[in-house]
Amino acid sequence: MSFLSIRDLNVSLANGAPLLRRVSLDVAAGEVRALVGESGAGKSMIGKAVLGILPRAAKVTGGSIQLDGEDLETLSPKARRQRIGARVALIPQDPLTALNPSRRVGPQITDRLVDILGWKRAEAEARALELLEEVHIQAPDRVMKAYPHELSGGMRQRILIASAFAAEPKLIIADEPTTALDVTVQKQILKLIREMQQRHGTALLFVTHDLGVVSKIAQSLTVLYAGKVIEETDIKAFFAGPSHAYSRALLAATPKYTDPDGSLTPVPDSVIQAVEAEIAAFDAGQMGTVRA
Amino acid sequence: MQIARALITRLITTLVTLLGAAVIVFVVIRVVPGNPIAMMLPPGATDADIDRLKALYGLDKSILEQFWIWIGNVVQGDFGMSITLRQPVYDLVIGRLPATLELSILALLIAVFLGGAAALTATLYRGTKIEGGIDVAGGVALSLPDFLWGLALILVLGVLWPLFHISGRVSPSLGFEFGSNFYLFEALARLQFNVVGDLIAHMLMPALALAIPLAAIILQLLKQSLKECMHDDYITLARTKGYSESSIILRDALPNAILPTLTLIGVQFTFLIGGTVIIERLFSYEGLGNMAIDAVINRDLPLIQGIVLVFALLFTLVNLVVDMTYAALNPRLRHA
Amino acid sequence: MLDARGQIRRLPGVRLWLSGGWLALLVLAAIFAPLISPHDPLAQDLFAGRLPPVWEQGSDPAFLLGTDSLGRDVLSRMLYGARLALIVALVAGTLTCLIGATLGLIAGFFRGWADLIISRLIDIWMAFPPVLFAILLIAVIGTGLTSVIVAIVVIDWTRFARVVRAEAMSQGAMDYVASAQVAGRGRLGTAMTEILPNVLPTIVALLTLEMGIAIIVEAILSFVNLSISTDQPTWGGMIAEGRASIYQAWWVLVFPLFTLFLTVLSFSQFGEGLKEHFDPVLR
Repeated sequence: MSFLSIRDLNVSLANGAPLLRRVSLDVAAGEVRALVGESGAGKSMIGKAVLGILPRAAKVTGGSIQLDGEDLETLSPKARRQRIGARVALIPQDPLTALNPSRRVGPQITDRLVDILGWKRAEAEARALELLEEVHIQAPDRVMKAYPHELSGGMRQRILIASAFAAEPKLIIADEPTTALDVTVQKQILKLIREMQQRHGTALLFVTHDLGVVSKIAQSLTVLYAGKVIEETDIKAFFAGPSHAYSRALLAATPKYTDPDGSLTPVPDSVIQAVEAEIAAFDAGQMGTVRA
Repeated sequence: MQIARALITRLITTLVTLLGAAVIVFVVIRVVPGNPIAMMLPPGATDADIDRLKALYGLDKSILEQFWIWIGNVVQGDFGMSITLRQPVYDLVIGRLPATLELSILALLIAVFLGGAAALTATLYRGTKIEGGIDVAGGVALSLPDFLWGLALILVLGVLWPLFHISGRVSPSLGFEFGSNFYLFEALARLQFNVVGDLIAHMLMPALALAIPLAAIILQLLKQSLKECMHDDYITLARTKGYSESSIILRDALPNAILPTLTLIGVQFTFLIGGTVIIERLFSYEGLGNMAIDAVINRDLPLIQGIVLVFALLFTLVNLVVDMTYAALNPRLRHA
Repeated sequence: MLDARGQIRRLPGVRLWLSGGWLALLVLAAIFAPLISPHDPLAQDLFAGRLPPVWEQGSDPAFLLGTDSLGRDVLSRMLYGARLALIVALVAGTLTCLIGATLGLIAGFFRGWADLIISRLIDIWMAFPPVLFAILLIAVIGTGLTSVIVAIVVIDWTRFARVVRAEAMSQGAMDYVASAQVAGRGRLGTAMTEILPNVLPTIVALLTLEMGIAIIVEAILSFVNLSISTDQPTWGGMIAEGRASIYQAWWVLVFPLFTLFLTVLSFSQFGEGLKEHFDPVLR
């Protein structure tokens, strides 16, 4: 039984342009699933749809999102918000903008525990200190009292990771959590996320465009193109040889860790044309079916 | 060290501004053609009488001498004697200043409350008809000055539905003995709520007239800053934590959006105080501005000088306080 | 979101037409006041004092909007009042704009001593309550149309100077001004050809706003009996009179006040509409 179960999810803009095309996706408890695609493939959109933070212009137009067997779309907005707040957390992309500049760090870790989950303030603060130690922050009591601008980007991402794990969520959505950081910090943060995920047994939906990162953290992976699932498989099978031509081209376009300077083949035009034709055929098929 | 230097520079420019204001007041008033001495004397007064009075008010000396004597006295708090009221200008000004201050502060509070509430509501309902309605109301409120709002209020809340008093500061029938000239603050401190009610019933309309344009300015700027903040990543993160839209606006967006508005309120507060001159006249409110207009009409030079200088002092002080509050409130400036 | 933006884009057109229409009507009323006024605005008739407007009880159909305490026709006085209001608006507004914008341009473009002196002057001006300043000036230089215009220019030039100075500074820092200078044009030429067109939409919006403000200042001066002269009908004078007899004859206050409301609102909305229409960035 998977913890997150997305079925036939359609998301489109107000003018009808589709962003997600009947996406189905499962994340089992404790599983790490990578969500891969080029920019604009809609991979972040899936996480946003689950979290209820789609941009104002985008709307869910079909399908279901089930969390622990409960259909989120049938809940009232308030109940949905609180369910997400209690069970799901986000590790955002850019640590420099994801912390509120006018508030101290401590309350930004404890606020969900106190305000949404009803913890006592002292308990929440003890928990925050413990988490800051877990993410290897020195002098956590001092960091709790600091303002975000006093800390480095890597520090801030550690704090956001600690904050994400604070309420022991069942699922964490990490939206390209290392792209905004420089390379040396990237590796540490990636290691930290894996370490925390394993320690807490949290399911992780890891959104990235970087197949190199995927091989280091995920057990299974979903490839997206133009908002449509192209391939869904486990990691070993994928790196042994993807079944879809687009996935193969994507893998060929990724630098190898064994040979980082080796020559790369960009995704060939013929493959792009084939996958575009596939999308067009899918859209034509959608037109025929009765809208649910 | 840098802060100290900035502070000193700021103080020096404040002093230069004040001195400039004093020079202008002095110059404007010395070219007044109507001879105030002639107005004070009964018909048939001799030249000797005129000279005696001129000497009494220092009008027989050279302009430069007069200026230095005057500035010297002003610095010591001696603004001279009012010609028409025959009392020290200092006492008159100090007696009336509290009424104007109370009115200005009440108006400021109303403006902040109205403008802030409208901005927060418009942000919560952004993109809907509610936001459109608030925008239109704000546009109209901003386009018309306090004088016109005062007249409109007199018509609507004074005559059509006579809910409030259209003139004065307090009902004499109340028979309440005030120990100071801060009537409202005193009545509040002494918990005399019937007196507070009566004072508010007198002050509400003039305060509202002063507040409406400022509320519209606060609405526009705060709404714009709030909307910019609502796109920030920490807002999105707060949404995933389970917070409602309204608590996100209040708790996460407002503290980040408010700083430009606070600065603006400071600057605009001086404009609001300037507006009390005509609004006090309109509502026959016994404040400094009302006295100033009387002084101008009666050509009471020492009184005009005193009042104008007190206004200038008030304005520059408000600007100084605003600058310092800004520096103190901004955590990024404070820790830099 | 898309429809909301569409609405906002449609708004300036409506705004421009409504406000422009009212102002045009006002200009016509002012020009043809002697032809369309039913009465002499100064003619007193003590037996026809405080007649209410025609739809009220006890009115006289000859006086559409009623009469004041001296029996003068409210409508005719308003029509003649429009002449004065518009003269003050156009002359004082334009002069204030020319003087303020020139000083602002000098300060913002040439910087240095010019900027230091002009900025300090602006600071000093900001230390005075404008209404008190205007009243004081009129008391010193005497009443009359010219005095009122002079007073408005003297108290309000800073409004233009501040905005134009700031705009000129930010525009002056931009690349295209530098490149114009490299291309060999003189400083003044650069200021005129590169900066002025870019600050023009702002100046136009401020100018129409200032016209509305000029009318208000005139009304305020009339209200404290320091404006043009007592036998010239002005909106402000009528309002002062209406305020005094508000319980006996509300119409003496309501009609000129409503006209003043619409006119000031139209001036500011007309300016905003024009600015949006001409500003290449906003459009």
